[in-house]
This record gives sequence, C-alpha cells and structure tokens, in this order.
Amino acid sequence: MGNLSKDDVLHVAKLSKLTLTPKEITKFQVQLSKVVDYIGNLSEVDTSNCQPTSQTTGLENVFRPDEVKISNLTHDDYFVIYKILNKEK
Amino acid sequence: MIDLPLTIKETQEGLMNKKFSAVELVDSYLARINKYNKDLNIFLTVTEEEAYKKAKWADKILSNYPLLGVTVAHKDLFLTKGVRTTAGSKVLESYVPTYSATIVDRLEKAGAIMIGKTNCDAWAHGSSGENSDFGATKNPWNKNYVAGGSSSGSAAALSANMALISTGTDTCGSIRVPANFNYLVSLKPTYGVISRYGVIAMASSLDCVGPLGHSVDDVKQIFDVIKGKDGFDSTVIEKTNGEKPNSKLKIGIAKEFFGEGLDKAINVFKKLGIEIKEVNMPTTKYAISVYYIIQPAEVSSNLARFDGIRYGSTRQNFGDEAKRRIMLGSYVLSSGYYDAYYLKAMKVRTKIKEEVDDVFSQVDALIAPVSPTPPFKIGEKTKDPLKMYLTDIFAATANLTGIPSLALPFGFTKDNLPLGFQLMGPRFSEETLFSLGKMFEKETGYKPKIANI
Repeated sequence: MGNLSKDDVLHVAKLSKLTLTPKEITKFQVQLSKVVDYIGNLSEVDTSNCQPTSQTTGLENVFRPDEVKISNLTHDDYFVIYKILNKEK
Repeated sequence: MIDLPLTIKETQEGLMNKKFSAVELVDSYLARINKYNKDLNIFLTVTEEEAYKKAKWADKILSNYPLLGVTVAHKDLFLTKGVRTTAGSKVLESYVPTYSATIVDRLEKAGAIMIGKTNCDAWAHGSSGENSDFGATKNPWNKNYVAGGSSSGSAAALSANMALISTGTDTCGSIRVPANFNYLVSLKPTYGVISRYGVIAMASSLDCVGPLGHSVDDVKQIFDVIKGKDGFDSTVIEKTNGEKPNSKLKIGIAKEFFGEGLDKAINVFKKLGIEIKEVNMPTTKYAISVYYIIQPAEVSSNLARFDGIRYGSTRQNFGDEAKRRIMLGSYVLSSGYYDAYYLKAMKVRTKIKEEVDDVFSQVDALIAPVSPTPPFKIGEKTKDPLKMYLTDIFAATANLTGIPSLALPFGFTKDNLPLGFQLMGPRFSEETLFSLGKMFEKETGYKPKIANI
C-alpha cells in the first residue's frame, strides 16, 4: 500500500470526472502517494470486533407526518397556489 | 417592585440587559399610582389595560430580536438569498442562491445585520485559508501569517473588527483553528444540533455549523438563536444535557492531546477547584487518518453535483486541493481499496467513539490544544498537503465522534500571535462547556482583544 502509479492517478481521475494535465499527474502522484501512505497506518489498529460507524446521531428513519394540506383559497373558482416563479429584479 | 429608572437611557439599557421587563416597569408605576394618587390627585384617568398591552408588545419585540443591531459576517459557504455565494471556489464564482440557509434566516430574524460574506478555503478544504481560489486571508494579528481555516475570513473579520460576530463550519477544526489563530471564542457544536440546510456540503457525516465571537456569552447567545429543528435537515436533534453543578465538574487530560501553554490553562481550572484527571485515549492518534479517508470519500460524493450543468462552471475550475480530495475519495472508495481504507476507517471510527464515550463516563470535559502550533507563516505548508492536513490532528476526534468543543483564547506567543485551547464534552453538553468557559473567563479576567492593524 502507499504508492500510486501514474495509471492509478489516471484511473481515479477518470472515476472523479477530472481531466489532468501531465504536470498535474506527476504532482498529484507524489502528493497522493504520501497521504495514502500515511493513512495506511490504520492497518495497525485491531478492528476485528468493530462495527463500522457512518453517523453519530443514532437517528434512524426520520419522518415528518405525511399530511395533505388542502388549499381552501379560491379565486374566481380556481385554486390559489403559491407562486413558484419570481420576476427577477 | 423594581427600582424605577430615572432616565430614558437607564430604562432602555435595563430593558436590553433584562434587568427588568416592560411589564415590570408598568407594574411598578401603577403600584405607585394606585397607592398615592388618591391623596395627591395627579391622574384623572389611568390607562392600565393599554399600558400592559404596550408593555407586553415591547417585551415581545425585545425577546424576538435577541441580536438586534448585531453585525454578522457569514462564511461564504452559507447560501444567502440574492447574494453571491462562492464557497471560496471559482466554480461558483457567479452563483447567486435563490434561498438562504436556515441559520442565515434565523440570525436575520433575530435582528442581526449581515455585513458580508467571508473568504474561506475553497469548499472549506483547508486549515489555513490558503486554499481559497480568491487568495489567502491574512491574519490581522500579523499579515505574514495565516488566519487559520477553513473559516479564515469569518475569524479575521472579527479580529480586524469588521463585524461583531460571524458564522463558520467545522468539519475538522475549521471553526476552532481560525478562531484560535485570531484570539476568539468559538463553538463546534454537537453534530446535529444546528441545521445545515442551505450550507454547501463538504463531508456530511462530519459537517457542523457554529458561531464565532469575542466572548463565551456571545457565542452562547448566537448558539441559542441558530440551534434546533427547521424541518429541512433530518439530522437535527433537539436535546441538551443541561448544566452540571460547578462543584462536581471534572476535566480530563490525555497525553495524546498535549501542547504549548496547555498546562497554564489546566492550572486555572485547578485554581477553580475543578478536579483534573488523567485519561487514556490511545486510538485518537489515528483520528486524523480516519478523517482523511472518510472526509475525502464524502467530498467526492458531495462535489459530484458540480458538473457544470446544474450549478456553476465545469469541473476544470476546481482548485488543486478540491481535485486532490475528490481523487483521494474516489481512491478509498474504489474497487479493491474500499475494505482496506473506507471500511477500515469506519471501523476505527467506532473504536475512537467508544474510547471517547468511555472517557466521558469518567470526566465532564476534556482539555486539549486546538492546533499543534500557533499561527504559521503564509506559504509554510502549502507545498506539502500532508503537513497541512496534520494541522487538524487535535480537531479530528470531536468531528468523528460528533461531540461539541468550545475553543477559548488564552495568551499570546512571544511574537504576539494568539494562543488558546479547546474543551470537548460529551454529546449535547454545550451548556456545561459554556459554564466552564465562563468560569475560565472570569478567573483569568478575560477581555476581548482585536488586532492592531
């Protein structure tokens, strides 16, 4: 782990929808390798009994009441709804 | 009955400071009228009902506008209806939002006056402010130094005295570091207590919105205005642990969190009679690695929406740091690497969270440096992204575990650059952190300071 090849950089750039110049490829190859090398230190941690954490709130399935709001407003026998288009200043 | 003021100024200051309410004023005047008017024959008609009506109105106005006339600078990551919002990136150079973030609305409704949008690292990616596509923010305390990031302009605006309060976001120290580099008080709240509706997302499982100000009281007052459900961010929880009695508070120190000047702050708390307890947090030294996997992964997803079709200009306009993080995120999520990096990081995150929860079963707060160094020189770390990332080594734990942290200013380096520390607490313990912060301010005779520019 740790060293990204030029092809690795081009591969992740493609996955990221980024187009890189040859200069950028060289630069990012060095910089990303260094970071990937550093974060690889997680392999030292024993996580055999750990479940992954993706959030810290503990909230699950947050819903609001599914209420139908009926517009009572009418104007010349038409329903009145909120304006959705605004004239720009 | 209250002591009635004898001047308009005294009356209005008393009302503003909540020394008395308008209803109490009317109570007192009417009491005197009822007691002595029969004898002195002064009033022909007493408009008691009307007076109470108006007094209640005045009290309501005052409580509805707790930040009346307070100037606020918003980090340019908060959407402001009709006002350009760039996230510090050229991609959004000409983006004008059609609505405002919840907290922008709430501050507006509380009577605060928006004075402008502040510079920040592009997409909030940075610890120094130098990743802004619009150039680095300079530190008003010394222009050769960084202001800290990513909420660089929000902090510098206050230390340069260009606004009274400001807003920031903290995904890994982005409120606390710049506040600290500018001699300010700031809060990174519990994950989920403040809505992020209308905030340009960086890493959604870590992003927090918080206030910066010149005192714990101010920061608490802003926090009270902006927190709570808005119906637009389903991660918002309304919960508080309340305030713990001062006499029983315990503060933990861990050797994993130690730095210059921290012992002096610890001594202040000792003097206040607070018990200091040593705790062990061996896994937290991996927090920054966990952070630099989870955060880029979430960044790569959140920045995918900037495709040049729906918002802003094309992906070619991303700066180097955004490109690095998007690619790093794609890398740790990509086939063959997902288990070794992303899944592993989520598991270590669990371990850190358990360690932190355990520590908070022993102590009420944890004292730590905000950043491993005082403000550093502009350009000092820009060539080496990893070195820059390590600036947030003490910040990461609070974000990964969702706990609140109050950063306080304390002293200066011999070069007159601001120093400080942070107090982390268990989730929803903001009130306890505020009371510890206020005790600290009182004991040290804290006074707000602005930079000489």
